Amino acid sequence: MSEREKILGRIREALSVPAPVPGSHDHQAPPVLQHRDDDVTRWLPAVGDTPEERVERFRANAIELRADFHFFDTREEAGAKLLEIATAAGWKKVASHRGDLTDGACAALGLPLLRTDEPYDVHALEACDAGITECDALVAQTGTVIVTSRSAGGRALSVLPPHHVVLARREQLVRDLPAAFALLKENYAGNFPSFMSLITGPSRTGDIERILVLGAHGPKKLTILCF
Amino acid sequence: MSAPSVDFKKDAERITHDLRQRGLIQTALKKYEVQRNAKTAAYQDWQSARQTAAETKWEAINHLDKYLLEFVEKLEARGTHVHWASTAEQARDIILNIVRQKNAHSIIKSKAMTAEEIHLNDALEKAGFEVVESDLGEYIVQLRHEAPYHIVFPAMHLTRGEISELFERELGSAPTDNPEELTMIARRALRQKYITADVGITGTNFAIAETGMISITENEGNARLTAALPRTMISLLGIEKVLPRLEDLALFLPMLATAGAGQAITCYNSLYGGPRQPGESDGPEDFHVVLLDNKRTHLLADAEQRDALHCIRCGACLNVCPIYRNVGGHTYGTTYQGPIGSVITPHLRNLQTWKHLSMASSLCGACTETCPVKINLHHHLLQNRRNAIAQKPVWWEKIAFKGFAFLMNRPRLFELTKPFARLGQKLHPLIKGTRLDPARVWTKTRELPELAPESFKELWRARR
Repeated sequence: MSEREKILGRIREALSVPAPVPGSHDHQAPPVLQHRDDDVTRWLPAVGDTPEERVERFRANAIELRADFHFFDTREEAGAKLLEIATAAGWKKVASHRGDLTDGACAALGLPLLRTDEPYDVHALEACDAGITECDALVAQTGTVIVTSRSAGGRALSVLPPHHVVLARREQLVRDLPAAFALLKENYAGNFPSFMSLITGPSRTGDIERILVLGAHGPKKLTILCF
Repeated sequence: MSAPSVDFKKDAERITHDLRQRGLIQTALKKYEVQRNAKTAAYQDWQSARQTAAETKWEAINHLDKYLLEFVEKLEARGTHVHWASTAEQARDIILNIVRQKNAHSIIKSKAMTAEEIHLNDALEKAGFEVVESDLGEYIVQLRHEAPYHIVFPAMHLTRGEISELFERELGSAPTDNPEELTMIARRALRQKYITADVGITGTNFAIAETGMISITENEGNARLTAALPRTMISLLGIEKVLPRLEDLALFLPMLATAGAGQAITCYNSLYGGPRQPGESDGPEDFHVVLLDNKRTHLLADAEQRDALHCIRCGACLNVCPIYRNVGGHTYGTTYQGPIGSVITPHLRNLQTWKHLSMASSLCGACTETCPVKINLHHHLLQNRRNAIAQKPVWWEKIAFKGFAFLMNRPRLFELTKPFARLGQKLHPLIKGTRLDPARVWTKTRELPELAPESFKELWRARR
């Protein structure tokens, strides 16, 4: 018998004795679970219903997380901000991927560009000053950016360079985590990318005396340009 | 008496008198408490969230065979190699074989308590492989050749000064008392390791049955790099990590962060559903998932304590436990410390050898109250005590309790003992805690309340 069959056999034998449901005081109680699908939204931190409230919530979260969030009326303004950041920080080389938002913005920078949606050299990516990506969604509730290997140029682009810049459209800003997971399921049902990540603020650690330090192993800076 | 219980007593005695170490723990955990309270208060209904989380884990654990098979089937469908290990030894061998087959030279590892449980690093190092821990706290304790002090904050017992000295000695860096500079020293030291490592090993926080993905929670980005750069990725997980559906994460990710570290959500929560897929430009060519039983099915078979498998390893019960706060993490001598460690270690190892951990509790219930998945922790400590005695009765305890019951059932006889008790209590200070004291184990560190000059019964009689 394989280990798989042995383990499954032990599990099935163990489960032949039922366990009481959580919160039941009668050990013989039938297994009736109380929660429903829409409950989670009602337990998690509240988020306003209007688009304005979502933007403000995302902004407040970004400040607490020490991420930079900029909200613009037009795509051109977002592009101008990216150029401003690049100039101020003295970027020499950036990495990105092909995309509706990234193509124009990266071209406008006029810098050497490494693409990670085609075979690339990791050392070259490590030497880039910034990784510029698109995303699947922004989550107002937590200030989270959702990326996948398909939407954001693979696994390393959004974590290896010291500065991660996200370009997003305002329609991508969803209310809360349940809405974000529903969206991922809707977009990728049956064919998920091999990697999906919820990014909430720049990389951080508190491992030394519980004192917050940014840029532990991932990006020290996270900038979100939304229009 | 067995060795771990002797060590536990000795170390507990030493650490409770080590005011420096206790001070460090108190400071760290006070900060945690403030942050956790603020984040918990932001929930519309934290208590209902706990109930829903408990029910979701109940559903997963009580249909574990079904969800595990669904998880494995989905993973395999996209080219992941899934391995099943009944024991720690089997899991180590599986991983060693993969690493040997890949002809690996260096291995980068992100934090995994399951790897601590099976002593993976020792096995890999003995076989001649270099393994580098990439989580900052784990990297620090690895350099010190120590076990993690806490399941979430591995290096919480060290000051920046000690870490600076360690880095100076091991990495040749300049001394500094700035936590940011210390973090950057580690960042620089590890950057090249990610790029040159042949194999990346990670743990797992959740296994999603519905979509066949593992979910890894972290703040630093080290697990993401471990899962992005090496050509082979190995993820180790206990079979109890399963959640039924993808959307369950909408509750579990924020709750894990809030209960574990006082954060609204952790910096990176990443899902991996396979090796690099067609059309993807990076990620490992090979992805191995190792499922570990290692006596979890033993705990599963105990219906009364089955909910201990609901644990999501947030560490909240350690943080609030008065015992953990006073004796510290290393004193336990176990992979999993604190109340959850005291509950599950007797199942994962041996009840008689580890029952002392269940005795080392004030049964205050702070652990049960804080647990985000509502594990009945302090009742399980009581059940461990009961089970240990039932399995191996202590003859003198049996006689003592029989005598006690005999006395309590005979009011007249009980009346007669009262003058003796009062006299005894007057004389006791003469021998308290010395070798002449028959109850010295107990009285050495405890005080009995003074007997009243008159009992209730006597007072009542006088009143009438």
